[in-house]
Amino acid sequence: MGAIRQLLSNDLEKLLIESRAAILQEWFTLVVETYPSETARFLKSQKDPFANPVGRAVRNGVEDLFDELLRGLNREHAGALLDPMIRIRAIQNFTPSEAIGFIFFLKTVIRKIIGKKILERNLSQEFYAFESKVDDLGLIAFDIYMKCREKIYEIKANEFRNRHYSAFRRAGLISEVPDDPALK
Amino acid sequence: MADELPKPEELIDVEHVPPITGWMDTPVEIRKGMYCYAGNPKSLETLGAPNPRQWNPTDEDWKLPDNWKEIVFEGLRERLDKFRSFKVFMDICVRCGACADKCHFFIGSGDPKNMPVLRAELIRSVYRNDFTKAGKILGRLAGARPMTLDVLKEWWYYLFQCSECRRCSVFCPYGIDTAEITIIGREILNLLGLNIDWIATPVSNCYRTGNHLGIQPHAFKDMLEFFVDDIEEVTGVRVEPSFNRKGAEILFITPSGDVFADPGTYTAMGYMILFHYLRDLGLDITWSTYASEGGNFGFFTSHETMKRLNAKMYYEAKRLGVKWILGGECGHMWRVIHQYMDTMNGPADFLEEPVSPITGTRFTNAKSTKMVHIAEFTADLIYHKKLNLDPSRNDHLKVTFHDSCNPSRGMGMLDEPRYVLQNVCNNFYEMPSNTIREQTFCCGSGSGLNAGEDMELRMMGGMPRANAVHFVKEKYDVNMLACVCAIDRAALPALMDYYEPEVGVTGLHELVANALILPGEKKKTTNLRGEPLLGMEDEDAE
Ligand code: SF4
Ligand code: SF4
Repeated sequence: MGAIRQLLSNDLEKLLIESRAAILQEWFTLVVETYPSETARFLKSQKDPFANPVGRAVRNGVEDLFDELLRGLNREHAGALLDPMIRIRAIQNFTPSEAIGFIFFLKTVIRKIIGKKILERNLSQEFYAFESKVDDLGLIAFDIYMKCREKIYEIKANEFRNRHYSAFRRAGLISEVPDDPALK
Repeated sequence: MADELPKPEELIDVEHVPPITGWMDTPVEIRKGMYCYAGNPKSLETLGAPNPRQWNPTDEDWKLPDNWKEIVFEGLRERLDKFRSFKVFMDICVRCGACADKCHFFIGSGDPKNMPVLRAELIRSVYRNDFTKAGKILGRLAGARPMTLDVLKEWWYYLFQCSECRRCSVFCPYGIDTAEITIIGREILNLLGLNIDWIATPVSNCYRTGNHLGIQPHAFKDMLEFFVDDIEEVTGVRVEPSFNRKGAEILFITPSGDVFADPGTYTAMGYMILFHYLRDLGLDITWSTYASEGGNFGFFTSHETMKRLNAKMYYEAKRLGVKWILGGECGHMWRVIHQYMDTMNGPADFLEEPVSPITGTRFTNAKSTKMVHIAEFTADLIYHKKLNLDPSRNDHLKVTFHDSCNPSRGMGMLDEPRYVLQNVCNNFYEMPSNTIREQTFCCGSGSGLNAGEDMELRMMGGMPRANAVHFVKEKYDVNMLACVCAIDRAALPALMDYYEPEVGVTGLHELVANALILPGEKKKTTNLRGEPLLGMEDEDAE
């Protein structure tokens, strides 16, 4: 699918870019705080990407997604950016809504950080449009979440078979129904 | 006011921050996908293990004996006396936290009780309460808590979320090895019949027929004989493995996963090709259909069970009258051999210190166990230029190497597999340094956790490994993950399937065999998997 393009007004875009660092920091914090407090502390503080892959996925994820929203949200790009975060959350101790709900935190964060300015500068309409793109992102995330869950079920169902069945079949130790339709 | 922005949380009431409770006050929640099914009572009966019965971990009632607490305390007391290390580990932890974030299960799950220090505290808190003065007097203030059914459930849940990989111990300034605490914890749980079926049934199978799948000797032999045909198809050379041959110089023992499970099967073919190649150079080796399992899930059950299953190695070596034992690519098998076998079932004074019949190298490191890892054996062959290798036959592969926990941290075998890899393929790339060698990340499925029902747990535990693979895949186009462990070969394909579907998994000796130029071989156009060799794709058409 192509871009769900809806260019932001320059004014709102400027405002979002100006506050990018603060928004991202806050968004990151809220996401890692979905984990127990000891874990959140670790996710925030350990900077090595290999010692802390979840922290890194969240940090990169929120940055890239924010920039993608500013660019106009291409479904494929957004999917690729969401994938690492969702792939992890899809197996961790979260309900489906908790696993993808972090996307909507962005709305809260923006309102908190630049909500006043949005009102002062009469940018509410543009902001609602921006928010609906965040909703789109949530829907894309839901698709990825479902794909991850399906993948897990698929692996669960097939792993034993893949491991042993093909080895036994190659060795001729499994007798299969011949391709004769009369026998089916 | 129309212009007032409603707060999203006014529209939808979602609590995103979990409640803050101390770990002792956070009750255990046994979650699907995180645990393995309970041990089959029949398997426990075969082993004469305590309390065989049907039970379900999510049920309220675990059908424990009435005096279960007594059994736990007695079990603890006995092991505190018997294992000095366990007693020391219970006493000396200063809770500095150096180990806390080093466990792949913590990193992947985000569950604080998977921090090694907390995993150990689960047991230590009970130890303090009932075995130390401070705990008896001060209770919670001294980090003590009484044993309850919930605590027992917590033990079971989290001791089967530790793959006994020892990564945490590398970072502990006191050398506390949480794996050993888990081992003893599981042993105590087994006194109550609290095991998992993925361990209990392979152990019982192994006890009956010699291998985890319960495959009988004739089928074991059949399988290897089918490999002979496969090998002939690819190489044009017919190899001739021998079985249970008395008077052979060397006995070969490998995990049964190499014989019965893909992609381990290609590694088994690799051994067979190598042995055939070496035959004319003086290798005199036999397989055994009795000692048909190098793996030892008894190690994940109790010291006693480990000993019983391990005994067949020396027993078979004695029966066949060999001089020494060569062992295939495995992980925990080597931890058992390297750290326990000699004390448990030795001394193997009927065997000789292993000497390579091809190079004359004396494996002094195996002086007491009389058993050599095939990666060491092959590295020595290559070093002495005994193998005629064409690494370009592996040119379609860009390979990285996963150090399996046990060969690396359990026996210090770090460089031999790398040396072999660098000689059998042209494209080899290391993963980041804090994810390999002594600091290697577990596959996430070790210590008997590679079942199907705990797939979420495995994917969490394997995530740090997959993350490092992702890095070399992006940077160097890596498409093959090599390893020297049968559990890795069984577990990593699923991990890759979830995180890096373009990366395959191979054993070391599959690559060795693909690169090996066999005398009398036909023009090879494919590797053992039947995949075309680079530059040979068109040869068939000619
Ligand atoms: S590193 Fe060692 S001493 Fe420190 S908390 Fe962990 S086990 Fe205890
Ligand atoms: S031994 Fe491995 S799995 Fe167990 S606590 Fe330590 S790091 Fe985690």
